[in-house]
Amino acid sequence: MTDVLLEVRDLHVEFRTRDGVAKAVNGVTYSVDEGETLAVLGESGSGKSVTAQAVMGILDTPPGKITSGEILFKGQDLLKFKEEERRKVRGAQMAMIFQDALSSLNPVLSVGAQLGEMFTVHRGASRKEAKAKAIELMDRVRIPGAASRVGDYPHQFSGGMRQRIMIAMALALEPALIIADEPTTALDVTVQAQVMDLLAELQRELNMGLILITHDLGVVADVADRIAVMYAGRIVESAPVHDIYKAPAHPYTKGLLESIPRLDQKGRELYAIKGLPPNLMNIPPGCAFNPRCPMAQDVCRTDVPPLYEVTEAGADRVSACHFWRECLNG
Amino acid sequence: MAERKNGAVAEHLNAPAGEPILQVRGLVKHYPLTQGILFRKQVGAVKAVDGVDFDLGAGETLGIVGESGCGKSTVAKMLVNLERPTAGEIRYKGDDITKLSGRALKAVRRNIQMVFQDPYTSLNPRMTVGDIIGEPYEIHPEVAPKGDRRRQVQDLLDVVGLNPEYINRYPHQFSGGQRQRIGIARGLALRPEIIVADEPVSALDVSVQAQVINLMDRLQTEFALSYVFIAHDLSIVRHISDRVGVMYLGRIVETGRDAEIYDHPTHPYTQALLSAVPVPDPEAREHRERIILFGDVPSPANIPSGCRFRTRCWKAAERCAMEVPLLAVPAEFRYEAGPAAHDSACHFAEEKQVVPQEPVEPPGEPTDGSA
Ligand SMILES: Nc1ncnc2c1ncn2[C@@H]1O[C@H](COP(=O)(O)OP(=O)(O)OP(=O)(O)O)[C@@H](O)[C@H]1O
Ligand SMILES: Nc1ncnc2c1ncn2[C@@H]1O[C@H](COP(=O)(O)OP(=O)(O)O)[C@@H](O)[C@H]1O
Ligand code: SF4
Ligand code: SF4
Ligand SMILES: [Mg+2]
Ligand SMILES: [Mg+2]
Repeated sequence: MTDVLLEVRDLHVEFRTRDGVAKAVNGVTYSVDEGETLAVLGESGSGKSVTAQAVMGILDTPPGKITSGEILFKGQDLLKFKEEERRKVRGAQMAMIFQDALSSLNPVLSVGAQLGEMFTVHRGASRKEAKAKAIELMDRVRIPGAASRVGDYPHQFSGGMRQRIMIAMALALEPALIIADEPTTALDVTVQAQVMDLLAELQRELNMGLILITHDLGVVADVADRIAVMYAGRIVESAPVHDIYKAPAHPYTKGLLESIPRLDQKGRELYAIKGLPPNLMNIPPGCAFNPRCPMAQDVCRTDVPPLYEVTEAGADRVSACHFWRECLNG
Repeated sequence: MAERKNGAVAEHLNAPAGEPILQVRGLVKHYPLTQGILFRKQVGAVKAVDGVDFDLGAGETLGIVGESGCGKSTVAKMLVNLERPTAGEIRYKGDDITKLSGRALKAVRRNIQMVFQDPYTSLNPRMTVGDIIGEPYEIHPEVAPKGDRRRQVQDLLDVVGLNPEYINRYPHQFSGGQRQRIGIARGLALRPEIIVADEPVSALDVSVQAQVINLMDRLQTEFALSYVFIAHDLSIVRHISDRVGVMYLGRIVETGRDAEIYDHPTHPYTQALLSAVPVPDPEAREHRERIILFGDVPSPANIPSGCRFRTRCWKAAERCAMEVPLLAVPAEFRYEAGPAAHDSACHFAEEKQVVPQEPVEPPGEPTDGSA
């Protein structure tokens, strides 16, 4: 039986800026089990990274502020932790992989020193032990000739290798949870395949929970167990991966799935969701998606849809649409 | 079937129907690598583009795909004359534009325009949208007399689906997708025949990407445009292209009609590239064969001998290090008429299906239905 590892409940995050208050996260609820891969899918600006930063405890505050919600990790609310305790969780229990490895690695420190630091700081290892550990990790993420490259600096590695080094860094202390924020977005498909393969393999081996943040519906279909779709700072639909691709229960998810060109067929016109995502300083009343939604009714412009339990087309699904049933069947 | 010699570039079997509007032959761009401060000595060259041939038919879309750094943008820049080729020909309706200068060059350049990748940095933030779109008229006043420009620009805004009243706004007041429309409007200003689009939708989100692709589709019909469409997203390239060229380290290694490349690839690199594309169908996970390439693309300053793909090719044999494979229909397919008979630069070309063929019905209406 798998256990719930992380549970985010009704999380709200705001950014106070000179132009006003941006409601970046407006009630996000999701959970990840041990050994499970949750894909968080959504367009740029939908709040994926901010949610992840809140979970990691690395949110920019100010201007950011968590206004309400709970982040339960192994049953304990991290938001009630002191910064000192939080720091211990970070790195040892949960780690993050960023999109841009070059800017998240220290450019003036060798890769070996950065990997080794994890062991000297968190595990009290000697420098010699730390170096041996660093080589072992580089080997594990398949950096050819690890022992001879341990003294190299980040810029001396290719994009794909740097991303693998980031993975090594995140895995160093064998955390229970990994958050990967667009880990392959900047990479070519061939290198993306290498990196995703590696990540999936290590996750299986260590039985980690993985939150994979992405906007690529192909990557999601390849690796995820469950999907949470975000729009304007909310989860609008969440379901097991097979069910959602077969029958989406939210018009936004449906629009996304229909708007991707396919490798296996030459299409004519693509379905395009009309309009643009909302300005987070001025989210439309009712359902945030209503100005773009082909199914919108009057009620959508006044009443915020709650997360309805979807009781058809698979178990364990929710949708924030008043008309999820019509969407499923239409 | 026409008789053809190995490596002959004339009369390509895969050439577009009708007279090509653009013929590229032996196109090369080498950037010298120098050493020393006082006496700059050339110690080598970055072979960004190293012998590229292709034709573009009138009204046709040629897609160019390949990993980052393989020379796609450099080809694009040479086509629109932003870079001068080291060698080779670019024939526009028969005239080699690399040999033209002065007025003749200016006249040709008007007909070949570019749309850039990054809608965030390719537009001058201090210019209004009207000035940005109308800027090409400064160089080519004959296209739009001064008094008529404002109206022309407003027409262009309308054509690309933007409100003509936005003419006095600045780029930062627009979203990424809208900025890309501005870039397209600017590309159309001189009413060119050819648009070279370098990753025009790569920076956009999925939903907005579909809007821009549909716009480009519509404009192609409306203005009888020919496109060279560069992208690293192979699904988008299939969607929009009639023919596709796959580039690796400065060369086209395989080219053909879209179904020939996607459903019947014969070059190992194309096969690996296609097999690496994640397919948005979770049911396809289990029964999909993935070809995982090892290592990275070698430096274009140090291209492997023989076949340039051999350092990453799982089929590489001794011959591959000795002999450069030419881009032609491989001998084993030359006498059959099937879809495998297209140009492929591999000594051991063979057909391999890597894109899953039985698509699960997408949700809702079938995807070939219009929006
Ligand atoms: N430090 C900050 N100050 C002000 N606003 C911020 C800050 N960080 C994020 N935001 C805003 O919060 C919103 C959500 O940002 P977030 O980075 O989570 O989006 P995302 O969905 O991950 O987007 P992308 O795919 O572009 O990374 C955006 O509108 C963003 O501008
Ligand atoms: N001005 C330049 N000087 C030296 N090398 C260059 C220059 N421009 C491009 N290159 C090199 O040429 C190769 C191809 O570049 P480019 O055409 O931009 O690739 P792509 O667009 O396919 O990503 C790369 O290795 C790049 O670093
Ligand atoms: S609640 Fe209404 S507007 Fe929102 S997604 Fe559902 S149908 Fe569309
Ligand atoms: S020529 Fe040899 S190395 Fe090149 S692609 Fe063919 S089999 Fe591979
Ligand atoms: Mg982000
Ligand atoms: Mg480029």
